[in-house]
Amino acid sequence: MKGAKILIESLLKEGVEVIFGYPGGSVIPLFDSLYDSPIKLIVPRHEQAGAHMADGYARSTGKVGVCLATSGPGATNLTTGIATAHMDSVSMVAITGQVKNSLIGNDAFQEADVTGITRSISKHNYLVKDVKDLAYTIKEAFYLASSGRPGPVVIDLPVDVQMQDAKFDYFDKIEIRSYRPSHFGHAGQIKKILKLIYSAKKPVLITGGGIIISGANQELLRFAEKTNIPVTTTFMGLGGFPSTHKLALGMPGMHGTVYANMAITESDLLISVGSRFDDRVTGKLSEFAPKAKIVHIDIDPTSISKNINVDIPVVGDAKTVLEQLIEELDESKLSNLDSWHKNIETWKKKNPLKYSQEKTGKIKPQYVIEEIYNQTKGGAIIVTEVGQHQMWAAQFYKYDYPRSFLSSGGLGTMGYGFPAAIGAKIANSNKEVIVIAGDGSIQMNIQELATLSAYNVNIKIIILNNNYLGMVRQWQELFYDRRYSGTPLKNPDFVKVAEGYGIKGIRVKKPSDVKSAVKEILSSKKPVLADFWIEEEENVFPMVPAGEAINRMIGGMA
Amino acid sequence: MKHTIQALVENKFGVLARVASLFSARGYNISSLAVGETQDPTISCMTIVVSAEDERILEQIKKQLHKLIDVITVIDFTRRDHIDRELLLAKVVKTKESKATIDKLIKAYDLKLTEETGGYCIIEVSAEHHKIKEVLQSLKKFELKELVRTGRIAISK
Ligand SMILES: Cc1ncc(C[n+]2csc(CCOP(=O)(O)OP(=O)(O)O)c2C)c(N)n1
Repeated sequence: MKGAKILIESLLKEGVEVIFGYPGGSVIPLFDSLYDSPIKLIVPRHEQAGAHMADGYARSTGKVGVCLATSGPGATNLTTGIATAHMDSVSMVAITGQVKNSLIGNDAFQEADVTGITRSISKHNYLVKDVKDLAYTIKEAFYLASSGRPGPVVIDLPVDVQMQDAKFDYFDKIEIRSYRPSHFGHAGQIKKILKLIYSAKKPVLITGGGIIISGANQELLRFAEKTNIPVTTTFMGLGGFPSTHKLALGMPGMHGTVYANMAITESDLLISVGSRFDDRVTGKLSEFAPKAKIVHIDIDPTSISKNINVDIPVVGDAKTVLEQLIEELDESKLSNLDSWHKNIETWKKKNPLKYSQEKTGKIKPQYVIEEIYNQTKGGAIIVTEVGQHQMWAAQFYKYDYPRSFLSSGGLGTMGYGFPAAIGAKIANSNKEVIVIAGDGSIQMNIQELATLSAYNVNIKIIILNNNYLGMVRQWQELFYDRRYSGTPLKNPDFVKVAEGYGIKGIRVKKPSDVKSAVKEILSSKKPVLADFWIEEEENVFPMVPAGEAINRMIGGMA
Repeated sequence: MKHTIQALVENKFGVLARVASLFSARGYNISSLAVGETQDPTISCMTIVVSAEDERILEQIKKQLHKLIDVITVIDFTRRDHIDRELLLAKVVKTKESKATIDKLIKAYDLKLTEETGGYCIIEVSAEHHKIKEVLQSLKKFELKELVRTGRIAISK
């Protein structure tokens, strides 16, 4: 069997249904094999978008997303998508064509050192020099991409290997002596955590993307309800715990809720599950949770004690460790948390997430998001670009289900959301998929309107158009004396752009039109791009200035 | 403070680059790096000497090393009973005067005279770090044509 065919057969064995791939000279044999395979091929208009599509597919399903590009420029275009997936621990296999073996290292036409370039932005990578190694490499790549702390794995495949013959044997098991992620938390540590829980008066859970990745949301819910501990959900963890639950404190950190940040600052026990204490969450390290004992549960040992000193580290899978904790928990030993909950209730009442309606009669972006929530009742998959709109989408939509909020957290990649939404919709044809975008971000991969049109992918694009690179403008306003260097945008007519690609476009300028516009958008059976002209200098609040302690927020404090 | 770290790794291409880039990505300078096959030809042993003031960063580097898929084990020798060696080869210009001093040096430090021709001789030293340093100091009096050193290798007692 030819290498190209071996690759396709192996992908089928891995259960791959869709590939996001862009052709080129070094992958012609692969595309030829795809031609009559049952795998669905989606051709994006830019390889970066293809990688984000695979990412959206993976984040919304928990399966491995697969993207494919040719050597050289195709591969380098993929890299932003690979790095984005790496930072957010997304299962992805990226396949790149490579020039033929004998030319590697010769600065051949369309050659790039892909293993070198992707070394620091992938979980692992391979250059397959011999067709005999191909099937095994693919098996290993899928295993690595989806196990332990997931991540993108890159397979660089020279074009001559795609044409060579080998016997096709697929393996059912993989054994890597140096790679054995541990799932079970150390029993002794579990006991110690429970002891701390029994004596804690002001405990807080801080839960992150690990909850969603390991599918631990049910366990988290049970654990929180049994122990009565309030739950904060990081940006990456949104949807891992129902936002509408009475124990939910919302998002901590830079644009988190006042009550989440106050609770963390006052807590005497902080239990982090599947969250890595990102600097956007902790703020000034020396004043982060100063009174708390800290428990850190994470599958990746390198995440533990990286920036926060931890009292009890537990290396393990979030779901498994929570199960262990529930199993061992003795509810009769729990202390009464009534006064702690009263405390939190006061903070919540005094400092809710809010925005003001008045002023210029222009549309408030928060209102658009709220209206989308009201009309979808939380049932949609919300995908965002990067900027202010991303934070409003995190603050004003309520996420009750895992995998219902997809956003580039770690790398903060503008251009991620729109293609990721296409990937998510292809995986979830029965769900409403909505992109919340800024006028800046949407233009980073706007050419994907063509892909949307070509495959008739029914997603809804909401542009919160403020004529600025809003998030940067906000920083310039607050910290650079309103010197708006490089941030005002001269935008195209987005409605016409959409129409040029054969997509329906609408424009909304008045607050009184928002409700009916959202209704019209959601009821359409076809994709719609909606250009909402919003209050231009609206800011995201509350906000912790960079390097400040998280209980010192601007805006939102009563 | 200098730390000697040993990593047993899969004997595959690309592994050295992965390990090296872990250090360079953090702006760490590797003082020395020695790599060779072990008794098992599928496993290579890397001995890495690195100076780190911040123990926390070092701890992170060790964990990151361990996280690399091709790394099998990581051992920090700094607080372990171990033997370490470095090898030094020096090509020393021979003159009438230097001959006698070289002989003395050879006796004092138990060096090996590996090669002797009309114009120069090659001195070989295999020793632990501080002794290598002393020898280097003594060699300063001679005219050196070439001097090469390996990185450190270490083994636990
Ligand atoms: C690829 C990329 N380039 C630059 C940035 C820096 N950046 C972060 S937010 C932002 C502004 C985004 O503007 P827009 O998409 O219009 O959204 P808004 O903040 O106005 O809602 C920029 C430029 C980034 N995150 N990603």
